[in-house]
Amino acid sequence: MTGFDFTFFLEVLVGGLLSGVMYSLVAIGFVLIYKTSGVLNFAQGAMLLFAALTFVSLVERGVPFALALAITFLVMVLLGITIERTVLRPLVNKPPITLFMATLGLSYIIEGAAQLIWGTQVHGLDLGIDDTPLEISGILISKFDLFAAAVAATMVAVLTVLFRWTRVGLAFRAVADDQFAALAVGLRLPRIWATVWTAAGLIALVAGLLWGARLGVQFSLSLVVLKALPVLVLGGFDSILGAIVGGLLIGASEKLAEVYLGDVFGGGIESWFAYAIALAFLLIRPAGLFGQKLVERA
Amino acid sequence: MANVAAPSTSNSFSWQVPAWLAPLAVVVAAFGVVPFVASPYVIEAILLPFLALSLAAVGLNILTGYAGQLSLGSAAFMAVGAFAAYNFNLRVDGLPLIVTIILAGATAAAIGIVFGLPSLRLKGFYLAVSTLAAQFFVQWALTKFGWFSNNSPSGVIDAPPLAIAGVTFDGAVGRYLFALSVVTVLTAFAYRLVRSQAGRNFIAVRDNELAARVLGVPVLRTKLLAFAISSFIIGIAGVLWAFAYLRTVEPHGFNLDRSFQILFIIIIGGLATIRGAFFGAALIVVFPLILSRLGSAVFGTVFDSGVLDMSQRIVIGALIIIFLIAEPDGLAALWDRLIKRAHGRTEP
Repeated sequence: MTGFDFTFFLEVLVGGLLSGVMYSLVAIGFVLIYKTSGVLNFAQGAMLLFAALTFVSLVERGVPFALALAITFLVMVLLGITIERTVLRPLVNKPPITLFMATLGLSYIIEGAAQLIWGTQVHGLDLGIDDTPLEISGILISKFDLFAAAVAATMVAVLTVLFRWTRVGLAFRAVADDQFAALAVGLRLPRIWATVWTAAGLIALVAGLLWGARLGVQFSLSLVVLKALPVLVLGGFDSILGAIVGGLLIGASEKLAEVYLGDVFGGGIESWFAYAIALAFLLIRPAGLFGQKLVERA
Repeated sequence: MANVAAPSTSNSFSWQVPAWLAPLAVVVAAFGVVPFVASPYVIEAILLPFLALSLAAVGLNILTGYAGQLSLGSAAFMAVGAFAAYNFNLRVDGLPLIVTIILAGATAAAIGIVFGLPSLRLKGFYLAVSTLAAQFFVQWALTKFGWFSNNSPSGVIDAPPLAIAGVTFDGAVGRYLFALSVVTVLTAFAYRLVRSQAGRNFIAVRDNELAARVLGVPVLRTKLLAFAISSFIIGIAGVLWAFAYLRTVEPHGFNLDRSFQILFIIIIGGLATIRGAFFGAALIVVFPLILSRLGSAVFGTVFDSGVLDMSQRIVIGALIIIFLIAEPDGLAALWDRLIKRAHGRTEP
């Protein structure tokens, strides 16, 4: 490599950070559920696929954009309530690993159902945001990525307000802190879990639309879950801030590694590189970036 | 399909007759009767994948069921075993097949220890996610570097014939007998292992790590041992999968879905039971065939392969959840209850 092109470096870095935001979008859905019910919800990717597929199929059948959004919203609410009733409630008080395996099964059901109902072909999704690059002081930035970042920022702001300053948020935090104590003071766990899963469904909808517009709506959309997992390991499963910072770190280092180290490894490293970063980081600092340090990583 | 269920119980269960009699009977039947009554189709499509997956599930059960370390990377260790066996066979002239298989298992065990290292500091979900690293890295490395597949342009290579001391195990029955022998030996080994001191250490670490440490169980060494032995068995299962069942060695068959499949086998069959692996594998292998027959009989042409694929996913997912809720100890526990009822023994 002759000479170090700083502008190019910045461009790669910014591109990486912005794609990291997309990872964070998925990761936030996990964090929400993990914080309040201690479950690592592997089905988050399947929910994302289900939401995007439902929305696209409705739009393709001539349903107006806003109405399709509302219907999909409702479907996700129903899905959240159904999951609470049929999966979570019977498994109350089971070890977290059992619940995790249940969400694995859940992801198989949702993926299968989504494609059985709507078919397996690839759908294009146009959100009406043109993806022309924007030039900011000599660096080209994708408009779509900026839009996604703005959406993510809004979502984090809303969630922060919700968790900090509303009664529902207070209840969420109480449940996250100590389920038994929350029950003892009269909080209704089933209702709270149904709310949380609904909220996670909505985040899945937002993330699904953005990812769907980027990749096309198809089965591989549910695999973004695999991109979000190292982000979670890095940021800590229970921290929204961690999900954001983790996503940015992973996104940036992944892109930089691909551009500058890609030749060394022969390319195609994106399938595992994020995991390597997360693992290397954890070996030095087992509590993750923002995970609760008191709790053993179990 | 009555003959299908025969080898699924090649293990011990509590009977009123001596405990070793039942597994012995199953093994004798699997060796002596099945080869004569099973059609080549049944052997090729059901028994061979069943044997390979059962063995992989026995391996994963040692790690996840007994030692309590959740792994989502089993298929990677199968791939390591299969490719290691292929390369040892290719590059070392005249290496006996048994040595090749043992070396393949040892290679998988070594890789298993490397990817088991995070378990020394991570637990639960964090560890499960880190085992995904094994899954992706191994698959990437095997596709990326042509050396592993002897620079075959398609990445798909034919497995060499199975021959021990001049006897070639070819044809469906030959490969079945070969796979069955390997599975029998390793299952017996696993059965002895979980009842040895090492096996009790696994269980102690799973149930309460702190208590295990206090009792003097070397926790770190125990965890790595669990990873090594589990990967050794899973690696050999990979050899069976590639050499005896598929007859080709390729990285794509050892994907994440295969890892989940093996995990599902031990959930459905029963965690921390050896025979559960066989029950679960039987269900996972036979069930899609039944579903496709049933589907086309009931729905006719509407039930094409796409619909079949999706309904399979749905039913398997539902089975997992149902088992976790209704029978967390899996088919093995269900079987025990049936046996007890058949003997008219009621629980106190």
